[in-house]
Amino acid sequence: MLAALALVAVGLIAAYLTIGVQGGWDFVLPFRGRRVGAMVVVGAAVAAATVAFQTLTSNRILTPSIMGFDALFQAIATVTVFAFGQAAMLRLGTIGNFAISLAVMLGASLALFWSLLGGARRSLHLVLLVGVVLGTMLRSLTLMLQRLLDPDAFLVLQGRLFASFSGVNPTLLWVSAAVVCGAVTVLFALRRRLDVMTLGRETATALGVGYRATTLLVVTLVAILISTATALVGPITFFGLLVANLAYHLARTHRHAWTLPIAALLAVVVLVGGQIILEHGFGQRTLLSVIVEFLGGIVFLTLLIAEGRRR
Amino acid sequence: MSGMSGAACIETRELLKRYGQTVVIDGLSLRIPAGQVVSIIGANGAGKSTLLTMIARLLPASGGTVWIDGADVSSAKPDALARRLGILRQDNHLAVRLTVRELVTFGRYPHSKGRTTAEDVAAVDDALRFLDLEPLAGRYLDELSGGQRQRAFVAMVLAQDTEYILLDEPLNNLDLARASSMMGLIRRLARERGKTVISVLHDVNFASAWSDSIIALRAGRVVAQGPPASVITAEVLREVYGTEVAIVESGGQRLVDYFT
Repeated sequence: MLAALALVAVGLIAAYLTIGVQGGWDFVLPFRGRRVGAMVVVGAAVAAATVAFQTLTSNRILTPSIMGFDALFQAIATVTVFAFGQAAMLRLGTIGNFAISLAVMLGASLALFWSLLGGARRSLHLVLLVGVVLGTMLRSLTLMLQRLLDPDAFLVLQGRLFASFSGVNPTLLWVSAAVVCGAVTVLFALRRRLDVMTLGRETATALGVGYRATTLLVVTLVAILISTATALVGPITFFGLLVANLAYHLARTHRHAWTLPIAALLAVVVLVGGQIILEHGFGQRTLLSVIVEFLGGIVFLTLLIAEGRRR
Repeated sequence: MSGMSGAACIETRELLKRYGQTVVIDGLSLRIPAGQVVSIIGANGAGKSTLLTMIARLLPASGGTVWIDGADVSSAKPDALARRLGILRQDNHLAVRLTVRELVTFGRYPHSKGRTTAEDVAAVDDALRFLDLEPLAGRYLDELSGGQRQRAFVAMVLAQDTEYILLDEPLNNLDLARASSMMGLIRRLARERGKTVISVLHDVNFASAWSDSIIALRAGRVVAQGPPASVITAEVLREVYGTEVAIVESGGQRLVDYFT
């Protein structure tokens, strides 16, 4: 299963790099290579974070985005433009914007996790509730500020509010790749402990897993992964739900030794495949999220219905 | 083995559990020697399950101490404790779909840390055999009856191979015959393997017939502790349950008739 998925992923990446290249290989390859690099980094980050997050919450329809990462990212961009003008955002440049978004998202989510999970019996669901409320507040704030912006500033802002793999800065790509690689490696090293965590707090504790310490460690890793991916390309958690559930379906086991890599590979397949369709099917006239969610949703529903018939 | 205080036992001193103003466990001190079948009885809300989960450090105490073989539970290393004491809770809802064998294999985690060895497979097979679950090993838990599920969770605790086994209402979901065979199995664990099995039981007669020792709780305190002959008396049970019962001697056992 893993090998087949890896083959599909590599094949799609090769196809993406080479389809319709007309001369100028030394321009096209690095240009497309950077985009593919960003898709692999972001795909692995979001997939691994979503699987780990769903294990902690014992819930397969939650994703880290419920904590309001996307809302926070959009609020940061909107507040920057609103308070300092579009010129400030352009002057900050890609690296400045990345640094600010990453710092604020990581700082806010870790402050939330560490303060609310600190008590002995505090539950993760309380943290989720606070995250949902904060996310809703931020979304309203963002909407209100956007209405007050003048149209020019709004246009500049809008470019930042949707996930895009086009203008990824090479330096940031390397930095993000290193961070994501580190965090995913730690998650994978925790895979057997995560397996036990799926049994819930009491059983995991009875089996000698330090539940609270593990929860704090894993939510920290999730925050690092999602913040990095979002700061790199914009609000991007949408496909996490899809690939995580497809991964459980394909893996036919709860074990993270399988679900983590399968979800990550699926994410790469979905993102690169979606980008090929976006560029060559629609000539960039729509959004990647639209393609991924529409086509991915159809595939997912088909699989569910097929499984329902077999039972 | 660890333990500073010589004899193997579970000991609590001045154990306290409070939720706001409500006191559930009220300065409870007791000593449970190893190698016995022990039952905890008491009315609803007497603190039986609370006591059990606090001994197993699933619930932090508001005060007091629990020692397992002389080691303080609140500061013991989680994985070391998981090799000495296993617990089965009442409510065993799982978010994932597991087969019986997968579930029982999780019981080996304190020993294997997830890297299952031949020794772990042997222990899992042994636990499945002990609970008569071999034919069901490959079935998913959600395809089983309540009683079969209950036995699968007991098998997981058994595979953990701990000196102390804590069972919170192990007779839940079991019919008369299955309940008797579960108590028989608990007795075999103590006699054949030297385990200490401490169960919360609702049915006083099962406690009376199968226990070496009974602990009777009322309002978070120990009312009586000792062999059935000393605890299953009309006076003690009146104090524990607040109702009149008659004690019937039958075949050398003391049974409680609470219908008259």
